[in-house]
Amino acid sequence: MQLFPCPYCGTRDETEFRFLGEADTPRPAGGAAAAIAAWTRYLYFHRNRKGRVAEIWSHAPCGETFRMERNNVTHVVYASASLRKERAQ
Amino acid sequence: MPKRYSALSLAVEGLRGHTGWAPAWRRPRPQPAYDAVIIGGGGHGLAAAYYLAKLHGIRRVAVLERGWLGGGNTGRNTTVVRSNYFYPESVALYDLALRLYEGLSRDLNYNIMLSQRGIINVAHSDAEMEICARLANAMQINGVDAELFGPEQVRRVAPALNFDPQARYPVFGGVWHARGGTARHDGVAWGYARAADALGVDVIQNCAVEDFLIEGGVCKGVVTAEGTIRAERVGLAAASHSATLAAKVGFELPTRVYTLQAMVSEPVKPVLDTVVLTLGTGTYVSQSDKGEFVFGGGLDRITSFAQRGNPPVHEFIVAGLLDAFPGFGQLKLMRQWAGIVDVVPDSSPLIGPSPVPGLFLNCGWGTGGFKAIPAGGWLLAHLLAKGEHHPISRPFDLDRFARGALIDEAAGSGIAH
Repeated sequence: MQLFPCPYCGTRDETEFRFLGEADTPRPAGGAAAAIAAWTRYLYFHRNRKGRVAEIWSHAPCGETFRMERNNVTHVVYASASLRKERAQ
Repeated sequence: MPKRYSALSLAVEGLRGHTGWAPAWRRPRPQPAYDAVIIGGGGHGLAAAYYLAKLHGIRRVAVLERGWLGGGNTGRNTTVVRSNYFYPESVALYDLALRLYEGLSRDLNYNIMLSQRGIINVAHSDAEMEICARLANAMQINGVDAELFGPEQVRRVAPALNFDPQARYPVFGGVWHARGGTARHDGVAWGYARAADALGVDVIQNCAVEDFLIEGGVCKGVVTAEGTIRAERVGLAAASHSATLAAKVGFELPTRVYTLQAMVSEPVKPVLDTVVLTLGTGTYVSQSDKGEFVFGGGLDRITSFAQRGNPPVHEFIVAGLLDAFPGFGQLKLMRQWAGIVDVVPDSSPLIGPSPVPGLFLNCGWGTGGFKAIPAGGWLLAHLLAKGEHHPISRPFDLDRFARGALIDEAAGSGIAH
């Protein structure tokens, strides 16, 4: 069982977490006016980097959504940070 | 030219102490240039090379494999072949694969041990039976064999299942797909490799592709540890590493890479002569010729390039097996392993030209690549030979995401992959 760090609850079992997607994927600027290619990329395409990656996860029991940096080959976790706190700064 | 395999050659070699067998394929090192280079020596890449040489007469072909043949997902799957899909586009694709599988041992002169023992998808409620009826109807309309089974018919094909009405996942019936079954996965890779080699294809192992050769925006070859190899056309059939390689030339793929686990029990005497998939847990199982139960289930929901599974999903799959077959509870688990699969949002593959001219894709098979090997190879060969789609691969082009023309088999056939 792998343990992941929830910024709010601390270290918890992997089964409590949900992978939401890669981090740093901003919505296309301009909303409906943005190009189809920009929306297609945003909605469906991923970087699929191998090694150290930054991702968005959520912790189901507390609802915290956070950014986690980890290695997707070794499964080592480097850091996790609440998105809520980032916004408050 | 390798010796033709037959009952006679086996008998003769048996009498001669098996001293006359030659290696099934050569071990060439790469030439400086080919008509076509295929990245990935799994089933799809090897099949593409074979069909290029056989059907299109293009024999200056190299398959580049960074490890050993079939050492990725081709050798890690649970060997199931089937064609029980919902949408006409998918049926055209997977039924082409199954039809090619049906003639493959003879075509390749290599026994892939195809066993069309039938597959039963087991439903556990009235609602699931309605979904099964929908799937069976869609399959029949598309010309694929399918039969809606009640509980007594399920009992006939899989008597070891748990038929207790109080079971957590009671048996209400299911969809029977008689042409589905299993094939020897290594045999498929080896058979294609041997047949392609015999037609002049260079099957090159331990040769990792590090980058692409791009001239004027067009892919003109690949860069490997053994130097640059020029090619008129390049096929990318590297499963989860297709996206990693695509990043080298600046495009992304709509895939996510997950771990998919499989495992086998110790061998016992024959008790299950079909493939059983339970819709409630997603666990599926068949019994190998050696007597082991080969089984697996859903994906590990953590994106990963590690070729091993995590314990929670492992436990869920085993629990699902024991719900369906309580009698298997005394068996020991012998081995557990995992492959990394590239999953597309609509659970359908990516076949077609890439954004870089000269480079063609065959990836995104997710958890269902093995059953599709002959069709994936056949269609990639067509793309590499003609430079354009065959009508069967057209719907699976990358452009379907911009057009919103997804082929959502996860929703359509209810098969999670």
